[in-house]
Amino acid sequence: MVDVHLKNIVKKFGKTIAVNGITLDIKDGEFIVLLGPSGCGKTTTLRVIAGLEKPDEGHVFFGNREVTYLPPRERNVSMVFQNYAIWPHMTVYDNIAFPLKIKKVPREEIDKKVKWAAELLQISELLNRYPHQLSGGQRQRVAVARAIVVEPDVLLMDEPLSNLDALLRVRMRSELKKLQRRIKVTTIYVTHDQVEAMTMGDRIAVMNAGKIMQVGTSEEIYLKPKNIFVAGFVGSPQMNFFEASVRIEDKNVFLDAGDFTIMLEGEFSELLKNYDGKTVIVGIRPEHMYPLDLIASKEKTSEIEGTIDFVEALGSDTIVHINTGSMILVMKISGAHHYKIGSKIRVALDLRHIHIFDKTTEKAII
Amino acid sequence: MSKRRTDFEKYVPYLLILPALSYLIFFIGYPLVQALYLALFPNGRFSMENIDYLFTSPFSRFEEAFTNTILLVIVIIPIQVAIAIGLAMLFNMKFPGRNTALYIIVLPLTISDVAAGLIWYSLLSSNGFFNKLLINLGLISEPIQFFGYQYRPMEFLAIVLTELWRATAIVFVILFAGLQMISKEYIEAAEVFGATVWQRIRYIVFPMLKPSLQAALIIRTLFAFQIFGVVWILAGRDIPVLAGEAYYEQVELKHTGVAAIYALIIALISVAIGYIYIKLFKAKYLEV
Amino acid sequence: MKKDEMSIAKYYLIKIVIAGLATLAVLWIMTPFVIAILYAFTNPSDYYSPNVILPLRYTFEHVQKLLALGATKAIINSVIVALITIGLSFLLGLPAGYAFARYIFPGKDSLKLFIVSLRMFPIMVIAVPLVTLYIRLGLSDTPLGVALAHTAMALPFVIVITSSIFAGVPKELEEAALIFGLDRKGAFMRITMPLALPGLAAAAIFTFIMSWNEVFIASVLTLTNRTLPAFILTSAMAAPDLIKFAAGFIMILPAMIFVFIARRYLITMWGITLR
Repeated sequence: MVDVHLKNIVKKFGKTIAVNGITLDIKDGEFIVLLGPSGCGKTTTLRVIAGLEKPDEGHVFFGNREVTYLPPRERNVSMVFQNYAIWPHMTVYDNIAFPLKIKKVPREEIDKKVKWAAELLQISELLNRYPHQLSGGQRQRVAVARAIVVEPDVLLMDEPLSNLDALLRVRMRSELKKLQRRIKVTTIYVTHDQVEAMTMGDRIAVMNAGKIMQVGTSEEIYLKPKNIFVAGFVGSPQMNFFEASVRIEDKNVFLDAGDFTIMLEGEFSELLKNYDGKTVIVGIRPEHMYPLDLIASKEKTSEIEGTIDFVEALGSDTIVHINTGSMILVMKISGAHHYKIGSKIRVALDLRHIHIFDKTTEKAII
Repeated sequence: MSKRRTDFEKYVPYLLILPALSYLIFFIGYPLVQALYLALFPNGRFSMENIDYLFTSPFSRFEEAFTNTILLVIVIIPIQVAIAIGLAMLFNMKFPGRNTALYIIVLPLTISDVAAGLIWYSLLSSNGFFNKLLINLGLISEPIQFFGYQYRPMEFLAIVLTELWRATAIVFVILFAGLQMISKEYIEAAEVFGATVWQRIRYIVFPMLKPSLQAALIIRTLFAFQIFGVVWILAGRDIPVLAGEAYYEQVELKHTGVAAIYALIIALISVAIGYIYIKLFKAKYLEV
Repeated sequence: MKKDEMSIAKYYLIKIVIAGLATLAVLWIMTPFVIAILYAFTNPSDYYSPNVILPLRYTFEHVQKLLALGATKAIINSVIVALITIGLSFLLGLPAGYAFARYIFPGKDSLKLFIVSLRMFPIMVIAVPLVTLYIRLGLSDTPLGVALAHTAMALPFVIVITSSIFAGVPKELEEAALIFGLDRKGAFMRITMPLALPGLAAAAIFTFIMSWNEVFIASVLTLTNRTLPAFILTSAMAAPDLIKFAAGFIMILPAMIFVFIARRYLITMWGITLR
């Protein structure tokens, strides 16, 4: 049960910089998710924490102990591998018992612990089987059981659900989270699936190109993204982005997007005062747009008009692509609605959830 | 498509295999039967005279041949397997020039055993490389004699050295391929869960290498019992071996029946060895 | 950091040991080749003088003498035998290999096991009985006779290797061809074969080498039309040392050339076939 501290981790492979200065503090007992697209360095970071890779620069601490160059054996970590890595020539029992056997734990204790782990993962009846006799989901549980049986200080998981089919994945998500809550081990979980990250993580570290773009709870990441990357990576369908030029008149800010203009009142003029006359990038999520025929105009909205370009009927939601003239905005509303392609529609943008980003730094201004 | 066409489809694979299969059955089955006939029915009637010959005739070197062959197998194979395992693990690691080194290591597989014998003859003959080297380094004063009837133990050594050089690659290639197929994740998982390098080798690598080891041992042992060219080139009939005697009886002495018996004995030993190895190595977890 | 320094030193030490062992292994294998080739061309006085370890002067005379002694004819015989062997074993084996790669049918596993186990069968065993058979058929002492026996030796190998080569050509490519107008045979000839060709070429080379190197069967089945290994086994053995070395050189030359050409395929191939 430890907290984990990463300080300025850099890792290169030949000329490629996989991890480019990662600093992160993970609390004891926390379930933190490293989220990002392929190649962003999340798996490499995990492997550095495990000890399978040694960083070129930087330090890794477990509590007060520096473990940067220690082999995995001396770190008391456990890992669930993406392809499970269940040894095919050993029974399930032997697979789970292996870490304990290596640590020379006495046999009766091994037996107790293996049975405990198997019970937690509901695979007690499978203990005498061989991996090739198990389904993918069962193998995955064996991998998890093996990882928790040593009661590690840190539990690492490398996209453990990515090889399961969709239904199983959803079920395992909640099971893994519940398991972690029960055994309270500091868990670092790597995935590229933002839904997984949002539902499982106490906190999420969004990564891109070897750097951490933002760390926060799922709410923070979703509602207050600090840059365009995070804003665009989390949330489906993706946030709408468009350019607009800023004009400040008296206490009002006008965002001129060409096809339409958004007016912002109040504190916005203060926050945007340096951007008068400049171009910014505006972002609004599809779920923060409302069709005016369904919902009466609320406070703090801006109205725009456009033609319906495309409709996706999902049953639970409807996604409408709206052509405003020079761009397409995507709107998501709940329920099933019928819209005709080509017909005109008037839509309100919820200004409480508008995001404005600096065009060059891509950082959020609002 | 008419029903007839699809019915016919069913037979296509068999038709494709049939020519090869028939050829094999004929060219292997028939001679086998014929060998039995030649061995046990020398003049059209059943007779044990060929078997008698093996044990009683002054021309026959059967007991020697049998002993020598087994001796060679027992000496050569364990050493080869040990070297091959070491080489396979060595080459499993990455180092610069590994690919070139690999091609070179495998080169002996491409030459015949006769050529191998001739090559080592050039190394070991009295005017050969080793002797000249050792004399010029002052380590010995007279060339070491490896060949000639009176130096039979040395001839044996020469054969062993040549075979080690020539045939270790056979075992190596199989073990190497098997090693490469062991996914790195299995070994990394063991590393994360606490195993030292030796423990990883013992609990993960070796067990997963068993099928390859089994295959390599079967193939190598079977071939070892057929050892012929190397012995004949380096020692002639000084060191009789089973295959060599078969050749001699057939080509020089024209005792076809006896040669047939030798051939059958080799075949029998091969089947027995195959059976023993398969029983010994029951590997059931073979897949991913 | 102290621990860091130690592991770097250990890291380099391990690298040096690995490089050293690898070099040792390579030298062990390569030196005999180099020596044998050098000696095949060495000047006789250099060879017989006890102080000259590596020859300084070279000559072709040993090879020439050997060829004159009958090696040329033997080489030609070997080539003929090998070519016939390749032709016949591919003719019979390729369809079988394709069948195993593309079709599922009852008995497939047993048939495959049977053929694979034949690979391990001591093929020399068929040589002696074939002598009598060939006398009756008029095939004794002919290259064709030897080739037929070599084909029996090579067939299991050819079947297994072509099977895995064809399996390596994705089935979807053939199926696409079927959809776009070809029949099964057309798809095979115009899609599968061209893609399989490199692997098949390597397999052909390996078959050539197998036949070229085979000595027992060739020695038993031939008298005057000997193949090279048979010739060397019988005639060259009584010759002086240098002729023997020349013989060694001639034997290994084609193999070394071919292996160099097909080197990429050979390791994977050996790994597959010898399992």
